[in-house]
Amino acid sequence: MEKEMNTAAGKLVVNSFRLGLKDGVPIGLGYLSVSFTFGMMAVAAGLPVWAAVLVSMLNVTSAGQFAGLPLLAASGSCIEMALTQFIINMRYALMSLSLSQKLHRSVNLLDRILIAFCNTDEIFAVASSKKGEVGKRYLYGLILMPYFGWAFGTLIGAAASSLLPAIVQSALGIAIYGMFLAIIIPPAKHFRPVLKVVLFSVLLSCIFRFTPGLREISGGFVIIICAVSAAGLGAFCFPVHREREVG
Amino acid sequence: MKTGFWLNLAVMAGVTYLIRMVPLAVFKRKLENEWIQSFLYYIPYAVLGAMTFPEILFSTDSVWSAAAGFLVAIVLSYLEKGLLTVALSACGAVLAVECTIQYLIPALS
Repeated sequence: MEKEMNTAAGKLVVNSFRLGLKDGVPIGLGYLSVSFTFGMMAVAAGLPVWAAVLVSMLNVTSAGQFAGLPLLAASGSCIEMALTQFIINMRYALMSLSLSQKLHRSVNLLDRILIAFCNTDEIFAVASSKKGEVGKRYLYGLILMPYFGWAFGTLIGAAASSLLPAIVQSALGIAIYGMFLAIIIPPAKHFRPVLKVVLFSVLLSCIFRFTPGLREISGGFVIIICAVSAAGLGAFCFPVHREREVG
Repeated sequence: MKTGFWLNLAVMAGVTYLIRMVPLAVFKRKLENEWIQSFLYYIPYAVLGAMTFPEILFSTDSVWSAAAGFLVAIVLSYLEKGLLTVALSACGAVLAVECTIQYLIPALS
C-alpha cells in the first residue's frame, strides 16, 4: 500500500517528494551503466568529455543521444538531426500525452513544462504505475536521481574512455551497435511482430546501403524511410492491442 | 568546438524537448487510435534495426572483426544480458580478432 496517499476532491493523489526520490533511485542506478556507455561512445566518436556531459544534461534520452552522436561528431546537417530526433523520439509524444491524463489538477503549466524535460521511458513507466493521480512534488522527486545518474554516468564513462589506449578506443566503435542489439533482440525474441518489423527495417536498410543510386542518400534519411515504412506496416499488419512497455 | 556542433546540439535538445513538452502541456484527451499506438510502439525497434545493420559491419577496422563482434552481440542479447555487458563483449571480440589479424597472423607466416 502507498503510505503517502492523500485524498483531495475524492481522488487519490501521490504527492510526496520523498517517495518520488525513493522511487527514482533504482532508475538512477540503471541509468548509470547506459550513460557510462554513452560517455565512452561520445569520446570514441570524437567529442570532448564536457560536450558528452552537456549532451546528456540537455537531452536525457538514450536512443536519441546515441543516434545523434555521429551527426554531432561530424557536425552534420541539422535538418537530418531534427528529423532523426523527431522520428526516434516520437514515442515520447504518446507518453507525455498519457502522462498528462495522470497529473493532478494542481500541476500547472510551468510544472508541466519543467517535468516534460525529464519524461523518459522509465520515469513515465513508474509515474504511470502509481494508483490514482500524481502531483508535482512526487514527480520532481522522481526525476532528481535519474537526471543526476544520467549526467554522472556520462561523465565517468567519458573520463574513463579518454584514458584508454588507441586500439581499445577503436574497438569501442562497435559498442553502440552492440547496445542497440541488446535493446531490440530480447523483445524480438518474446514478441514475434517486433522481430518481423526489425527484419523488414533491416532489409530496407540493406537495399539502400548496397543499391547503386540509393546508396548516395544520406544515412539519417535512410533510417527515417526504413523505420517509418517498417513500423507503419507493422502497425497495419500486427496492431498492438494493449500498451506495451516501450524501451 | 565548431559552430556546427552547437547548432546540432541546440536542434537535438530542442526537438527532443518539444516532443515531450507539447503533448504534456497541451493535450488532455487520450489517444485511442490503434494504428498510431502500434506505430509508436514499433518505431524504436524499427529505427534501431535500420541503424544497426548493415552499419555494424563497417564500424571497425575490418569486416571480420566487426562480424565477430556482431555474432557475440547477437548471442548475448538473445541470452538477455545487460546493455553494457553486450556492448563491451562485442568490443572484446573485435579486439581479439583485430589483435589476431595485426599480430598473430603476420608472426606465423
